[in-house]
Amino acid sequence: MSEATLPPPRRHGRLVVRLLLLAAVFFAFGFALVPLYDTLCAAVGFNGKTLKDAIDAKDLPPAAVNYNRKLGVQFTSTLMPGLPWEIRPLEPSIEIHPGELRTTRFLVRNLSDKTIVGQAVPSVSPTVAARHFRKLDCFCFKQQTLAPGESREMALTFIIDGDIGDEISELTLAYAFFPAPNPS
Amino acid sequence: MNTATHTLDHHDGHGQHPTGLLRWLTTTNHKDIGTMYLTFSLLMFFVGGAMILAVRAELFQPGLQLMKPEFFNQLIGVHALVMIFAALMPAATGFANWMIPLMIGAPDMALPRLNNWGFWLLPPAAMLLTMPFVLALFGIGDGAVATGWTLYAPLSVQGGIGVDFAIFSIHILGISSIMGSINIIATILNMRAPGMTLMKMPLFCWGWLVTAVLLIITLPVLAGGVTMLLTDRHFDTHFFNAAGGGDPILFQHLFWFFGHPEVYILLLPVWGLMPHVLSTFTRKPIYGHTAQVWSFIAIGVLGLIVWAHHFLTAGLPVPALLYFMYSTMSISLPLAVLFFCWIATMWRGAMSFETPMLFAVGFIVLFGIAGLTGLVLADVAADAQYHHSYFVVAHFHYALFAGGIMGVMTGVYYWLPKWTGHMYSEKLGKLHFWLTVISFNFTFMPQFFLGLAGMPRRIPDYALQFAEFNAISTVGAFALGLSQLIFAYNVWRCVKGGEKASDKVWEGTSGLEWELSSPPPHHSWDIQPVIKTP
Repeated sequence: MSEATLPPPRRHGRLVVRLLLLAAVFFAFGFALVPLYDTLCAAVGFNGKTLKDAIDAKDLPPAAVNYNRKLGVQFTSTLMPGLPWEIRPLEPSIEIHPGELRTTRFLVRNLSDKTIVGQAVPSVSPTVAARHFRKLDCFCFKQQTLAPGESREMALTFIIDGDIGDEISELTLAYAFFPAPNPS
Repeated sequence: MNTATHTLDHHDGHGQHPTGLLRWLTTTNHKDIGTMYLTFSLLMFFVGGAMILAVRAELFQPGLQLMKPEFFNQLIGVHALVMIFAALMPAATGFANWMIPLMIGAPDMALPRLNNWGFWLLPPAAMLLTMPFVLALFGIGDGAVATGWTLYAPLSVQGGIGVDFAIFSIHILGISSIMGSINIIATILNMRAPGMTLMKMPLFCWGWLVTAVLLIITLPVLAGGVTMLLTDRHFDTHFFNAAGGGDPILFQHLFWFFGHPEVYILLLPVWGLMPHVLSTFTRKPIYGHTAQVWSFIAIGVLGLIVWAHHFLTAGLPVPALLYFMYSTMSISLPLAVLFFCWIATMWRGAMSFETPMLFAVGFIVLFGIAGLTGLVLADVAADAQYHHSYFVVAHFHYALFAGGIMGVMTGVYYWLPKWTGHMYSEKLGKLHFWLTVISFNFTFMPQFFLGLAGMPRRIPDYALQFAEFNAISTVGAFALGLSQLIFAYNVWRCVKGGEKASDKVWEGTSGLEWELSSPPPHHSWDIQPVIKTP
């Protein structure tokens, strides 16, 4: 080891700018995760997320109802804190063939003396079944307003894809009803 | 070679610096800033420790004796945030400031003014974090953040002003850490002495290089996550609100994308310094320098893609569970390489057991327990039982107290004579080691069994069958806390005076930092040393 002369002054500007950019990219990545997460979950059915919007009957695969196969579908519902309602599925459990169009109803009642807006959030289990659960219409697609004491039957029209995996014979659709965060 | 003493004449203007408080407020000297980081860290170590002793006192017996559950919740969350962000991270940054320029033959850090700013952001951030405790005494707000350090939504969306204070505190701490990381990367990449190639660079610098990159990648994601939390709380966004189309699990993803690499951020500097200590006290060269460098890099990369093992019970689908289980377990491979290298360095060495070596060996044994219990937790089937139990608490304290804090103490005892020019008291150091290691195991070993028996974490009360082990754990915790006063006294004593340390300090050392005087002059390596290829 020996001594050298004074080192030339080093410029760090370019490296610092690159590192700051890296930090900025990952700050943006954090926000990009929000839509990415939703897209990924909906695409592969992770997390039991069903598609947020209705599908058109035209977009459905040609109606090939598989009468040789039966699926059990159960409906459950819960109320989140702050929503003085009552909700129950009119058909807690049904049997359905893959590819068959079906409508079922939930009875919802406002127990309070105020007009309240609620929003239902669905979840399917087993989670891998979520993307085969196609909804043509659902009360969960928009906020629901109930007058004091009003009760209403809310409908869900759906179809279960014929290509749902053979290992699935039972699935559950659960609704959690939340007080709407900012009623429109 | 001792170039240190006569180099001051090259720098006339830098010779004088302000004295008193102004010196510390305005300093851009890496040694001063390193000292401030380490002092701040020690102070906050006792603050965080006092909080958890209050918690352990409450848990001494079943039932509620000392505090309300709300206050208990505040203490555990702030304890964790203080220990991680205000004690362990600043300690590692203090090491980096002191040692990296000395080790690579640089006159100072690359960006000295940024360095000063990076440090002085820390005290306000720590104040923000703890201020709600004080405000609550005056009837303002309901105390500090009570969500645990993980700030999970929706609880954190509903929490009081303590959450807002914590969010801003995390923003400031994040900015400070990113500035520190940029500085360290610039120093390491641009200012190494001629001839010191990256592969010849000391392992401590390598550990910090990987840590700094991890910090720059992950901290902005946490900053983004808590920013979303802030807007959810106050500006009607619904990132984490299911009714508004958001998802509370998303917060867990954002948090742990930062949170898991954070574990390695805390540990990599320690893994970096460990081989130096082991090599010194076995009087043998470091075994597997290159293998350790690649293990650091492998752990850094793997650490970025395993985050969901922190919430395996959140309802992830089976393919995701399997992926996160196997990727997590694969981290044990590069870690096993590190353990092998540490043991191989000691193998057939002429070992002596001064305090740093005692801490290093204690670290290897106890950190090994952390690693093995981590493998158990990574198992999806087993995790269903262990998740959120005291087993987890024991596991991460073996990782972060035995791995992190005892690792930092290894470094402090190892470098303190170099920093101060005095030897610490070996007798007190050894006493501190044995008390720490024994009381540490008394504190946390029972928690493994409590967790296996089903005691959940973060609950101020517990069922009667857990009483004995909790009492043992509390006694251990108080012994552990009090033992650290010996450490503080020993450091204080060493700063004030004592037996003169030689330049080399330890018989078996090698490296540029040991060629400077002890303590090194205010300005060192004004003339860069040249590393000759052997």
